[in-house]
Amino acid sequence: MDRTLIATVADRPGVLNRVASLFRRRAFNIESLTVGHTERTGISRMTIVVDGRRTDAGKVAQNLEKLVDVIDVEDITDRPAVLHDLALIKVRISSREARSEILRIADSFQARLVDMCPRTAMLEIAGSERKIDTVVEALRAHGVLEMVRTGRVAMVRGEVGSGDGASSPVTPCKSGTEEGGNPWQG
Amino acid sequence: MMRKTGAEIVWEMLRREGVEVVFGIPGGGIMHTYHPRRDYGIHHVLVRHEQSAAHAADGYARASGRVGVAIATSGPGATNLVTGIATAMMDSSPIVCITGQVGTSVLGTDAFQEADITGITLPITKHNYLVTDVDELAATIHDAFRIARSGRPGPVLIDLPSDVQRAETEFVPPKGATTYTPRPLPTPGAEAIERAVELIDRAHRPVVLAGRGVLLSGAVDELAAFADKTDTPVAVTLLGKGAFSPSHRRYLGMMGMHGHPAANHAIQEADLLIALGMRFDDRVIGNPTMYALQARKIHIDIDAAELNKVIPIDVAVHSDLRPALAEITDRVRPKRHEEWVDRTERWRAQSRAHDLLRHRPNGALPAPHIVHEIFAATGGEAVIVTDVGQNQMWAAQYYATECARPFVSSGGLGTMGFGLPAAIGAQLARPDDEVWAIVGDGGFQMSLHELATLVQEDLPVRIALINNHCLGMVRQWQTMFYDGRHEATDLVNPDFVRLADAYGIEAHRAAGLDAARTAIADARRHRGPVLVEFEVVREGEPSHVYPMVPAGAALDAMIHRSPTAAGSTLEGPPWTER
Repeated sequence: MDRTLIATVADRPGVLNRVASLFRRRAFNIESLTVGHTERTGISRMTIVVDGRRTDAGKVAQNLEKLVDVIDVEDITDRPAVLHDLALIKVRISSREARSEILRIADSFQARLVDMCPRTAMLEIAGSERKIDTVVEALRAHGVLEMVRTGRVAMVRGEVGSGDGASSPVTPCKSGTEEGGNPWQG
Repeated sequence: MMRKTGAEIVWEMLRREGVEVVFGIPGGGIMHTYHPRRDYGIHHVLVRHEQSAAHAADGYARASGRVGVAIATSGPGATNLVTGIATAMMDSSPIVCITGQVGTSVLGTDAFQEADITGITLPITKHNYLVTDVDELAATIHDAFRIARSGRPGPVLIDLPSDVQRAETEFVPPKGATTYTPRPLPTPGAEAIERAVELIDRAHRPVVLAGRGVLLSGAVDELAAFADKTDTPVAVTLLGKGAFSPSHRRYLGMMGMHGHPAANHAIQEADLLIALGMRFDDRVIGNPTMYALQARKIHIDIDAAELNKVIPIDVAVHSDLRPALAEITDRVRPKRHEEWVDRTERWRAQSRAHDLLRHRPNGALPAPHIVHEIFAATGGEAVIVTDVGQNQMWAAQYYATECARPFVSSGGLGTMGFGLPAAIGAQLARPDDEVWAIVGDGGFQMSLHELATLVQEDLPVRIALINNHCLGMVRQWQTMFYDGRHEATDLVNPDFVRLADAYGIEAHRAAGLDAARTAIADARRHRGPVLVEFEVVREGEPSHVYPMVPAGAALDAMIHRSPTAAGSTLEGPPWTER
């Protein structure tokens, strides 16, 4: 089973290299890794997805925490969280019928049309990985020419976020759960 | 306000960190840094190869408990440090390496003597820096020392481009935490302590496994108190030698592949292992699937990543060892394990029958006698530095290091060539102590150029060169497991006595027990460096390290030396490791 780790790290040169080097050296299997800025200057955040059957997520976290540039690591798998992936998908438009079919699919999955050419359309979809998989599946019949996915980014629901300590109480919002609800809803 | 160059800041910061001696070799990329050195009163030891600078800094750190410092130039100077850095990393030794680098304007252009040393050392340092702004230099050095010695210690490298060394800035002494705040030392959780105490109270056959963490945490007294209160026998790892008194009745000796039978049997028969600051290295556990199957396991370590890494643990305590062990000792019930301790003594007694020391050598000496004679002469108080291989195992088996005395050896990485340079560092760390480098003829030749450094520094290191004219440990494996085919292990050696003489070092050759005793006594009296070459047995059982746990076997499936025939025995003194 996938485990999702959130690492807050100092935004210094080479930090991604240190993390990647650690995974390689310890032979950790990583499904995806995303890095980006946070609300705090000088602090970046990594969302790391680990294949829990092949790699012990606890060991990944413990080894990450030994890196000087890593400030905090938390396994949020068992906490209520929003887990999102973002995809750009370029689809072939072979006919007028195909075009309206693609637009219909986009509409029903709340995908955004971000580019339209005579023979191709580019859709942007954010949401759970399952949702994106489903969209890709639906579009495949039309010919997916190109796709890029960001990999999972995650954020714990409620007032207390990740990085504030796992022992802090969490106040989840009442807006439903991401994975437990309708996979079509993002 | 003081204006200083980067080079001056280096020495100013080293002085503020209390550094008295550094080891290194200058070169184009680090010359600016060398230039102001003498104004700061820090002694520089000019080694003959940068690898030795790192080993010497490591030996200095292990013998003193302080941070060792190595300096090298860019490119090949820096890459030559790599083996020494990896050695320090594996054995949690705090060193700071400062390397020159090409100027920032040509970084990444394959400039002359450019090597990406921060990239190269990424996986073998605790942390490393490339300093591109002289204003960050003071804080970087400040942090580097804190990183090296805090928590689980380790090596830190600082790469200094030549223009940063030359640049001038206002020197502002860094205070407190700058860019790096050491994590607070982990303290034991109440629940983990509770469960550990419960297991210890219930145990009938407990064994303590004491590693280097006992020494690093300063928990030698706490360990003695725990063993006394709970009547628990103590086995040590190679790097845990010195964690517990060898003259104590509960001392089991070294565990592992060439460990003492009493230690290995006790571990396999135990119902509780209490692992303290050790990491269940594969040389220590034998086959992990057959390891201590009857035992519950408590593991206390400062590094959470070591807990449950190779051996599943029942109670994992992530903590600095000293407070955790003190608290556990406080809370456990006093116990007597008469029957269990008696059993460990019987294993000890049985193993004496196989002890080579009982065999009176005629002709060429078996190496254990040499180590034993050094031990007998120095009473376990000498600083022993070993190389790697058979010499290392014999030193560990037959030199009963006294409590809290340094036993300096490359354990994790097993670096041949470590012995001589590390002994140079150890002697500088402890100028008043007797330092013996116990080395083999193979490893010695990987760093014998440091004989020149010994002379230049006039250090009274005593080198015991155990010469069996081969790479003995590999040859032993070839004899035992590779059909006796001795592939690439026989050495045609120089005349080591004449070689040492050429370096200006007093040297003797000793063959036979009486000559060995005399040579050791003479070496101890000599002021200045001295080398004694001992010709030892090369063939047959006395040339092998025993006992031995073959690869893949359980820890108690030891191969023993044949029992010594009755009548030809000397009574082994009871206070040796054997």
